[in-house]
Amino acid sequence: MNDPILEMRGVSKSFFGIKALRSVDLTVYAGEIHALMGENGAGKSTLMKILSGAYRPDPGGEIRIEGSPVRIEGPLGGRTAGISIIYQELSLAPNLSVAENIYLGREISRAGLLARGTMREGVGPILKRLGADFLPSTPVAQLSMGQRQLVEIARALHARSKILIMDEPTTALSAGESARLFALIRQLRSEGLAIIYISHRMDEVYALGDRVTVLRDGRLVGALDKQDIRADTIVRMMVGRDVSSFYKKDHDPEAGRGHPVLAAIDMADGQRVKGCSLTVHAGEVVGLAGLIGAGRTELAHLIIGAAPRTSGRIELEGRPVDIRTPGEALDIGVAYLTEDRKALGLFLDMSCLDNINLAVLGRDARIGYILDRDKARDRANRAFAALGIRAADINVTVGALSGGNQQKVLLSRLLATTPKVLILDEPTRGVDVGAKSEIYSIIDNLAKSGTAILVISSDLPEIIGICDRVVVMRAGHIAGEIERGATSPLNQEDIMALATGMEQLDA
Amino acid sequence: MHDGPPKATAAAAGLAAAQETKRQRIRLLIRAAGMLPVLLILCGGFHFLSEGRFFTGQNLGIVLQQAAVNTVLAAGMTFVILTGGIDLSVGSILAASAMAGLTLSKLPELGMLWLPAALLTGLGFGVINGALIALLRLPPFIVTLGSLTAVRGLARLLGADTTVFNPSIPYAFIGNGSLTLVPGVASIPWLSVIALLVILLSWLVLRRTVLGVHIYAVGGNESAARLAGIKVWAVLIFVYGVSGLFAGLGGAMQAARLYAANGLQLGQSYELDAITAVILGGTSFVGGIGSIWGTLVGALIIAVLSNGLILVGVSDIWQYVIKGLVIIGAVALDRYRLQGSART
Repeated sequence: MNDPILEMRGVSKSFFGIKALRSVDLTVYAGEIHALMGENGAGKSTLMKILSGAYRPDPGGEIRIEGSPVRIEGPLGGRTAGISIIYQELSLAPNLSVAENIYLGREISRAGLLARGTMREGVGPILKRLGADFLPSTPVAQLSMGQRQLVEIARALHARSKILIMDEPTTALSAGESARLFALIRQLRSEGLAIIYISHRMDEVYALGDRVTVLRDGRLVGALDKQDIRADTIVRMMVGRDVSSFYKKDHDPEAGRGHPVLAAIDMADGQRVKGCSLTVHAGEVVGLAGLIGAGRTELAHLIIGAAPRTSGRIELEGRPVDIRTPGEALDIGVAYLTEDRKALGLFLDMSCLDNINLAVLGRDARIGYILDRDKARDRANRAFAALGIRAADINVTVGALSGGNQQKVLLSRLLATTPKVLILDEPTRGVDVGAKSEIYSIIDNLAKSGTAILVISSDLPEIIGICDRVVVMRAGHIAGEIERGATSPLNQEDIMALATGMEQLDA
Repeated sequence: MHDGPPKATAAAAGLAAAQETKRQRIRLLIRAAGMLPVLLILCGGFHFLSEGRFFTGQNLGIVLQQAAVNTVLAAGMTFVILTGGIDLSVGSILAASAMAGLTLSKLPELGMLWLPAALLTGLGFGVINGALIALLRLPPFIVTLGSLTAVRGLARLLGADTTVFNPSIPYAFIGNGSLTLVPGVASIPWLSVIALLVILLSWLVLRRTVLGVHIYAVGGNESAARLAGIKVWAVLIFVYGVSGLFAGLGGAMQAARLYAANGLQLGQSYELDAITAVILGGTSFVGGIGSIWGTLVGALIIAVLSNGLILVGVSDIWQYVIKGLVIIGAVALDRYRLQGSART
């Protein structure tokens, strides 16, 4: 094999005496897709931030690019060294045009005036090479998430980067956009770029990875070549133990499905949701599948009264109810876990204690609205124990926790209201493998205790693993429903066929 | 592949967690102490520069009295800024409330009601601000900028644009009397007592009631608060109502102190001092973070600066320059200090 383009040897990084990285090695070759895996907090982001120049590594390690040692310093250090990072949260200015974004920080000017025309021409060939379907003059605000990612990649190519780091690039993409992105990543590989691909999703690593490096607790666990990449091996390396039954589903609705708890009938918002009906029974886990943009989250928002509906009605345990706000939904026992826990769910600067108790403070309060702090502490401590939340104590601010623990804190808040119906929107997004498995068993236990659960997920193995029944949405309508039978397990093909409309082509 | 028995890793993790808690505690302590060291240094510095005239019973009484009205306004402002808002109208509301109170105090039968009238005037304007912001979804800056001007006009209207006097205003002791702690030795101005009570009441609401948590929640993440079932509109009306009510109280304090009010002059640019006190106190301008004790320290810093610069004999013009620079410097110091606590 040729010489590596990037070599990291014994790179460490500590913060205030706590080691985030301990002597990690990473070797990447040109023309390969190198997957970097590990639970949240394993040190992936720290490693990447060292490569970008955001962090300076502890003395002692060495970084070589094309054989020669480099020091990457300052925010532009990575780019100067030929490394570009495509972040999870895209770093584009939405108010500027595509060309202005690509040239950001290196604008071309003529006699002190911005040369917009030259810049637009300059990015044309790169956009064409990436197969972009938008113009250099388009404002970024008008682009979809997938197109914005393309702009980020164009920016990296324009800076003549040789190493491209992608941090969970598909989190915000629809299935179609993801597929296009994969094709593009393969094209870049064949053009000789080295791509470091960070992802939690096993199927992506299968599909793309030439080699995999696994980190755990800031240490290098090992690197695997393509022929050795196997899900159970990687999971074992990441978690440090066997995850025997990753998806947990012990509850058995076949033994007698409960009474219908939630019935949403003919829901519509006049835009994204065009008349959808679904029913969830007690003790049942129903999956709501579909492509991104199919209207699943919008339907959930209609059910809990977070968005105004133009038609539709809701029955709870057979009785019609009128839900106008999320607060009213919680009051009658319909709880919703948002897909975007940081923007719409958690109060990052507030303690776990406050975050967990927020929805029941009024219920717990003593006369005159005075907080019952003993009850609140007790509740938070019980939630920590029940859901296995790992944090120093209940007074730690939620923002300091890992994604999985944040999700459990948010879930605890909903469970504190003892809901009859639980709507979980992407419950394991941005959550590491270990916590995922724990969340599945929490869902399973809730179903066993009779809660009606609706799970919205774009992760098909997850839907298949934990749901009893799947409702598939497509373009604002219910495209169909698939039941798990004793002899007919759910499968990805059937769901995707409904989600994409393929089944109509077959017919 | 796995180095060391699991027990050792668990112990290490436990240790790391304990260290993390300890660091968080220290961080909280530093945050809680906030500007207190700056206040103490200022006091010491002025005492030295004025050759020992700062720490005298009489001078401290003056400082506390001077800080009182601003402390009350800043307490209300803290509620508002904690939700991520701003209330620019407190100076005007203070003037309008003082005018309303004084006008009423001159009526023989209703004179005793001037105090509740001043408070209700403030509350009323505050609730109007809050309703416009919460129900019509208008930006707080714009709404209160508008009421800054409009309420100022109303204040002038109330006294037919003249100064209203009432040398025999009831409850005048509020403005000029003192509460005797130890007869002949120690007393504390009623204005300061009121300010302290306001701070205590604010602390109680912010830290010990459901509403308090909801205020922090709305400031921390308004969308999440709405989804969590919090009535955001009610919280917003409440905080602007409190700010107006405290401005009304400030107006009453001024009226009792001066036996007079002028709709044009009273409370001019008081909102700036109130906002400054809150910011000096470490409350985040975007909402969600901050404490009422910080606000108290901030208000005291402003009062100590004014008092100390006069004691030292700095001219009125330079006082402005120095005060402005101290405010910028103090907040810069604060940012620098908190940088270490940025999440990694």
